[in-house]
Amino acid sequence: MTSEALSPATTGASGAVEPRGAKPKKLTIGRVGVYAFLVIAALFFLMPLWVMIVTSLKGLPEIRLGQLFNLPAQVTFEPWLKAWDTACTGRDCNGLKPGFMNSLKITLLSVPVSIVVAMINGYALSFWKYKGSDLLFGILIFGAFVPYQVVIYPLIIGLSKVGLFATLPGIVIVHTIFGMPILTLLFRNFFASLPPELFKAARVDGAGFWQIFFQIMLPMSVPIAIVAVILQTTGIWNDFLFGTVFAGRENMPMTVQLNNIVTTTTGVREYNVNMAATILTAAVPLAVYFISGKWFVRGIAAGAVKG
Amino acid sequence: MSQYAQSSDAAALVSTSPPRRARRKFNVMSIVGTTPMILTAVGVFVICIIFSFIWSFTNSKLFPNFNFVGMDQYNRLWASDRWRISVGNVFLFGVCSLVANMVFGYLLAVFMDQRIKQEDLFRSIFLYPFAMSLVVTGLVWQWMFDPNLGIQSAVRQLGWTDFQFAPLTNQATAIYGVVLGGVWNGVGVTMAILLAGLRGVDAEIWKAAKIDGIPAWRTYLFIVLPMMKGALLTAFILQCTGVVRVFDIVIAMTQGGPGVATQMPAIYVIQHITDRVNVGQGMAAACTMLLPVLAVIVLQGVLQWNAKRKKEKAI
Repeated sequence: MTSEALSPATTGASGAVEPRGAKPKKLTIGRVGVYAFLVIAALFFLMPLWVMIVTSLKGLPEIRLGQLFNLPAQVTFEPWLKAWDTACTGRDCNGLKPGFMNSLKITLLSVPVSIVVAMINGYALSFWKYKGSDLLFGILIFGAFVPYQVVIYPLIIGLSKVGLFATLPGIVIVHTIFGMPILTLLFRNFFASLPPELFKAARVDGAGFWQIFFQIMLPMSVPIAIVAVILQTTGIWNDFLFGTVFAGRENMPMTVQLNNIVTTTTGVREYNVNMAATILTAAVPLAVYFISGKWFVRGIAAGAVKG
Repeated sequence: MSQYAQSSDAAALVSTSPPRRARRKFNVMSIVGTTPMILTAVGVFVICIIFSFIWSFTNSKLFPNFNFVGMDQYNRLWASDRWRISVGNVFLFGVCSLVANMVFGYLLAVFMDQRIKQEDLFRSIFLYPFAMSLVVTGLVWQWMFDPNLGIQSAVRQLGWTDFQFAPLTNQATAIYGVVLGGVWNGVGVTMAILLAGLRGVDAEIWKAAKIDGIPAWRTYLFIVLPMMKGALLTAFILQCTGVVRVFDIVIAMTQGGPGVATQMPAIYVIQHITDRVNVGQGMAAACTMLLPVLAVIVLQGVLQWNAKRKKEKAI
């Protein structure tokens, strides 16, 4: 349904093409207007980040003054320490640390597993079609649009039947399942764009399914795999729904713990600790974003459907 | 096993059969390699949905059972104020989000297309919210919307003492607060996709429009926009799937409140299979959520089939 609709934007989204809009003249009122609009928009986008940072560095008495945008009069790092180490979720007061470790475990396991699986899918769908493989792919793409709620409950029952519900392998399987539609589409489109002679030559030389995969296709798919890694790392780190439902108390990811810390505090609401915790949770995907730069743009354009 | 498959394939290739037929040949390894895909496609996206469908006709409570009660769950669903409000909310949220996202996204793309300096910097600024989770987005905006310490109080201290801006505390406006947070998070993606679409439009169009003396804004609105259907569709579909699934940001911002002002179908389902221990009801709601998706897919299929038939007739 969407593979056609997606491909043009996917290929063009690198942003490397020259702008083709109206030609700029010297500094006119129009030009000033353009920059004014962009700067105001940029301020709107930066405002929450600014508020997060300054709030996290203020003491509570200063926050109660209600000067949301002001720089802290007295910088304190205590909220950061507390958010990391001692903030409470219900009765446990271990801060975000355990959540961070859980998210790290979940992400480090789910990203390679889901990508390897999808890579083999895309490879098989491009070069080794069998009866019904296209139908399976169609179902998978349908799966990209299904509201998760329709499959969640039977999946809970299924996973608990095999003893994997609320375990680390369980949540890895869940991320692999729900990442599969878009990643398979990504890799299938990539392999389909390779010259077919490449595959034919290897076949003539007598190479089989795995040999061609490991010796020819795997080394060639490094660029698209980087896009997939960025997509999955941010997607899995930012996941909330699957973490709440499938991870269980032992493997609760950082986003779920953050939400618990912020929304279930009894007594005094410590806004500075909350904001420090929020920044800490956002830090990993933000780092991925700023390090990967244009790769990230390519990744979201390609994998946008996952939303 | 792999050696067997390899050698038999190679033999088939070397012998008389042409390469195309060899490629179509049944390969065991291809099935072995795609086992996870077969399990996911059939096991999750077919069998799980069938089970959800079956259980939606039962009176399952904490655990699933097979005591069929006919359409009871669906009747109860549509009799429930909570559900009807949820459906209304998701429509309102969807329309507002889609319109705001597409309009603002296209505006940003057009302004970014003016051969500006520091394009990469602006792009980074517009896109970074998308790298943050919707939970983070929701919590930040919830804090800024705080009636006593948030934007409202900051502006009041500047001297505008009756300034009102705390949408989340009011039943009538809470949903627009969530829309604002969602648009802040996702509009950069729309901008990136539409900008790529703009750059894909033929440069000759611009020259022609200029020669005809058409002002730039009219070219953007009436000539270029209809030419980038692919990018528009991609951005649109993306936002739509996000709307149907809206969950995280509402949980983080309002938990569905105040009252039921921001209650959504996705939350309704999760609440019924967890806290409310009413699986049958939850499954009925989940299957109802699937209906619009199925409707769009069927519509798409009919349109494609029609276009194909027209093409064949033309030939």
